[in-house]
Amino acid sequence: MEEIAFRRDERKEIYPTIENFYKFCGMGKLMAVRCSRCGRLVLPPRPMCPECYSTDLGWIQLSGRGRLETYSEVYVPPKNFASKSPYIIGIVRLAEGVALPGQIIVDRGEKAEVGMELRVDFESAPAEGWPQWPRYFFRPVDRK
Amino acid sequence: MSGRALAAIISAGLSKFGKLEGLSSREIFLSAAKEAFDRCPNLNPKKDIKSLFIGQMSESSEHQGHTGALIADWLGLNPIPSVRLESACASSGAALRAGVQAIMSGLVETVMVGGVEKMTHLSTFDATEYLALSSDNFLEQWHGFTFPALFALIARAHMLKYKTREEQLAAVAVKNHKNGSKNPKAHIQKEITIEQALNSRIIASPLRLFDCSLISDGASCLILTKPEVAKRYTDEPVYIVGTGQASDTIGLYERDDLTSLNSIAMAAREAYRMADVGPDDLDVAEVHDCFTIAEIISYEMLGLCGKGEGGTFIESGQTEMDGKIPVNTSGGLKSKGHPVGATGTAQAYEIYLQLTGQAGKRQVEGAEIGLTQNLGGHGSTSIVHIFKRNI
Ligand SMILES: [Zn+2]
Repeated sequence: MEEIAFRRDERKEIYPTIENFYKFCGMGKLMAVRCSRCGRLVLPPRPMCPECYSTDLGWIQLSGRGRLETYSEVYVPPKNFASKSPYIIGIVRLAEGVALPGQIIVDRGEKAEVGMELRVDFESAPAEGWPQWPRYFFRPVDRK
Repeated sequence: MSGRALAAIISAGLSKFGKLEGLSSREIFLSAAKEAFDRCPNLNPKKDIKSLFIGQMSESSEHQGHTGALIADWLGLNPIPSVRLESACASSGAALRAGVQAIMSGLVETVMVGGVEKMTHLSTFDATEYLALSSDNFLEQWHGFTFPALFALIARAHMLKYKTREEQLAAVAVKNHKNGSKNPKAHIQKEITIEQALNSRIIASPLRLFDCSLISDGASCLILTKPEVAKRYTDEPVYIVGTGQASDTIGLYERDDLTSLNSIAMAAREAYRMADVGPDDLDVAEVHDCFTIAEIISYEMLGLCGKGEGGTFIESGQTEMDGKIPVNTSGGLKSKGHPVGATGTAQAYEIYLQLTGQAGKRQVEGAEIGLTQNLGGHGSTSIVHIFKRNI
């Protein structure tokens, strides 16, 4: 696999930042961090625990499975999404209890439904602009 | 400090809201300021106004930053201190609160607070991105979440949990357009039917065009002073008796309950306690109907009705002009318009008119106590103020 350059802290650990979160997405991994002091699961990763202010947070891989809590079909998109419109976005409650916003990609003719089971998948990075981050998205389980 | 006056409004001004072609922020603000100066002949702006607080969401639409200094200069008020405050759509609510705090601190006696935004020259793409700035860029905007889509997520959750119906959302738009049709400064002074609302095109399901507020140009301002000296300037000041502000997560996904906007409840609790006023005491309120669902949830968070009852509450007619608590007599953001940075003090302007009996065809007879609720983003900021005619 191609070497990915993560920003690291003074102990050479991968720093808990948004950019590193998306770099893991580029490797096909949905990652969160857990606070070593209070145990809180933090997603998206932050360099400091919002609960106890510890900066000792360790990366853990999430299952990428979850349920759709709410969704919307977007008909008036921002410019970067114009070619995809209408597309579905939603909030997914992951098996680990934390939630993520993201696109929900369903097959043609298929409908999104609150409560439906989803799994994470990943896009390759867009070619231009900032930030150059690979997006995660969600698909219904038991489908390609 | 329960129930005492924190500051007094001695004058107020509002520009026309709408598509103000050929006018930029500075000129739009001047038209609001001119009304406020003319309304209060005993005020000598150059001598009396000691500080300026101006709300504006983004400098990007006119490539003009440093709005505090700009407005002080164009008002001929140099060298008084002037700052711009930014809290998304709650920017001028924040300016109002900053003005109240400045007076309460004893540092200054009289200040001007206000807000301005120039938006109608933006393309739909640019306006969509402009408004989305108030959400979590890296997690929400990056995945194509627009501002209407975020409120659509809230609406769907509310509809599912509390059986809130599209017709109830539409009823908010119908009511606010009815009120706005009586407001000569409103962006769209036209009544709409429930069928029009229900048949309008979908922007982000389940929200339709008529569930969304307007993209407008406009400015608003208030002159505030120490309560003890207010009568030097006017026989009819309006007193600010409560102020509350609260923050919530920048990302909607981080909230446990998507059917609530807890920052409103937190800000309201602080303001109610300070004012020694409860929801039943209110005669009139301006709430932040950036989307119809936001007004419905606002009813619940302000305690005008119970949790989950916002939909039936709008249908009950209690927030109509002749109801128990008329809400958004100005037409709200839906009909009066929503130049985002101007909205907070524009709400206070309407309450000032109502409590001084100057609201014309939309006057709530004998209104004594009013409330404003100003929202930033999808509730990441909430600001609530309570106003009284008599102390
Ligand atoms: Zn912790």
